[in-house]
Amino acid sequence: MSPLAALAAAWLARVAAGPKVRYCADGPPSRQSIFFANHQSHLDFVVIWSVLPPEMRARTRPVAAKEYWTASAIRTYLSVEVFRAVLVDRANPSLSALRGEMEVLLAALDAGDSLILFPEGTRGSGDRIAPFRGGLDFLARERPDVDLVPILLDNLERIMPKGEFLPVPQLSTVIFGAPLHRRQDESKPDFLARARQAVIDLEPGHP
Amino acid sequence: MTIPIDRLDRELGWLMLGALIALVVASIAGAILARRATSEKGKATVANLNDRIRAWWVMCAVIAAAVLAGNAGSVVLFAAISFLALREFVTLIPIHHGDHRALLYLFFIVTPIQYWLLWTDWYGLFVIFIPVYAFLLLPARSAMAGDTADFLARTAAIQWALMICVYCVSHAPALLLLDIPDYIGENAKLLLFLVIVCESSDVFQYVWGKLFGKRKIAPSVSPNKTWEGFIGGVATATLIGALLWWATPFSPWQAAIMALVIALMGFAGGLTMSAIKRDRGVKDFGGLIAGHGGVLDRIDSLCFAAPVFFHLTRYFWHG
Repeated sequence: MSPLAALAAAWLARVAAGPKVRYCADGPPSRQSIFFANHQSHLDFVVIWSVLPPEMRARTRPVAAKEYWTASAIRTYLSVEVFRAVLVDRANPSLSALRGEMEVLLAALDAGDSLILFPEGTRGSGDRIAPFRGGLDFLARERPDVDLVPILLDNLERIMPKGEFLPVPQLSTVIFGAPLHRRQDESKPDFLARARQAVIDLEPGHP
Repeated sequence: MTIPIDRLDRELGWLMLGALIALVVASIAGAILARRATSEKGKATVANLNDRIRAWWVMCAVIAAAVLAGNAGSVVLFAAISFLALREFVTLIPIHHGDHRALLYLFFIVTPIQYWLLWTDWYGLFVIFIPVYAFLLLPARSAMAGDTADFLARTAAIQWALMICVYCVSHAPALLLLDIPDYIGENAKLLLFLVIVCESSDVFQYVWGKLFGKRKIAPSVSPNKTWEGFIGGVATATLIGALLWWATPFSPWQAAIMALVIALMGFAGGLTMSAIKRDRGVKDFGGLIAGHGGVLDRIDSLCFAAPVFFHLTRYFWHG
């Protein structure tokens, strides 16, 4: 990893997205976590990453789509060298391939790293948060000790809408929720619904 | 032409020393008030006051550093202020995806060109570049994107963002361009005069309003603006401006009138920007400056005062 480029990227993300950060009652995250957020733009993980405490930032890796983040030399450099992204291949939908991708994520967790992932799988359109895919459930079941931290992002889709490659600088919001864990008796759909609701509940004005 | 560096430096020093003394006095007053406050509401008000005073230390340090760095420092500072203000303003306006390219041009082409024109002393283009070229070409770029829903509202909001955050703000450092006989090389003090009068009008409107404010001026726009605060603040700023005549090319009376105009325009700016915030349903434009809100919350009065002060000075004093 190149720390200088990483620092520059975090600084640029803050300039472009002016993130206003709100933490839950416990303050900024300090334990190994899986951060999961609603997906609005390609800036999302950089912005989350840029507002983490520096010692957390060094040990936090975004989970990103391989086909997008290795499509050009610059993207490959950014994802592999700067952000140390865990690249996931979504092109091959077979069960064995999926299993292989999950093993990569577990290995990253076992190395002590935190992860940033977007369980909607794709960038949503508008305000609605799409149903969560199963990966979060799998990780939560396999590594029950890791904190699952919900994050709500706002205004990033206006800063960098789909199909654009330069951001129009504006202010955004990053809200961290209280960590949650998967209950042992909880079914997969129940847990995924609860995790999604935890993100929705962070919207201002929600209970 | 010999530049009276010595006089410039000494008067600039006096202005900065004055600001320093004002900050020390304010900090001491804030500490005393913090001890005296008893009620919950009083404590909250004093805590906010002390946040504001601490932020003033930082803002004064930034302005002093920029002015001491010479004209380049001032131009870079106000270009940065334009950028931060624009970022806050665009957050609140009803843009669509179709405006993205126009907004990219606004941020990364129009704004740098405006400050480049300032830097190269190209006055003729500086004053018309945004109202003529940017105001015509940016909406055309939005129109090319093909989305006509709310087109007029979007276009108007983008133009207003450019007007307030870039065109108006750039007129503060434009004071450095003026060639005033017997004042060559001293224009930095004119810029400080504008900033000091404008901001002290804000501060004293707040102070007089907190102490004696009763009759509200426009409660549906800004519940904190009272006639008592307005009159006390404008009068105090006018007096401060008159007392600073020695740092300007003005006589004491002229300095008082200029200060009055700055304070009145500043009030108009604060009121107008409050109406925008009210319309968009927010209390502050941002949160960059603790106790004050965003950059735009702090410079709303300066935005309106700067172009008027610039043109009055240019019309009557420019050689």
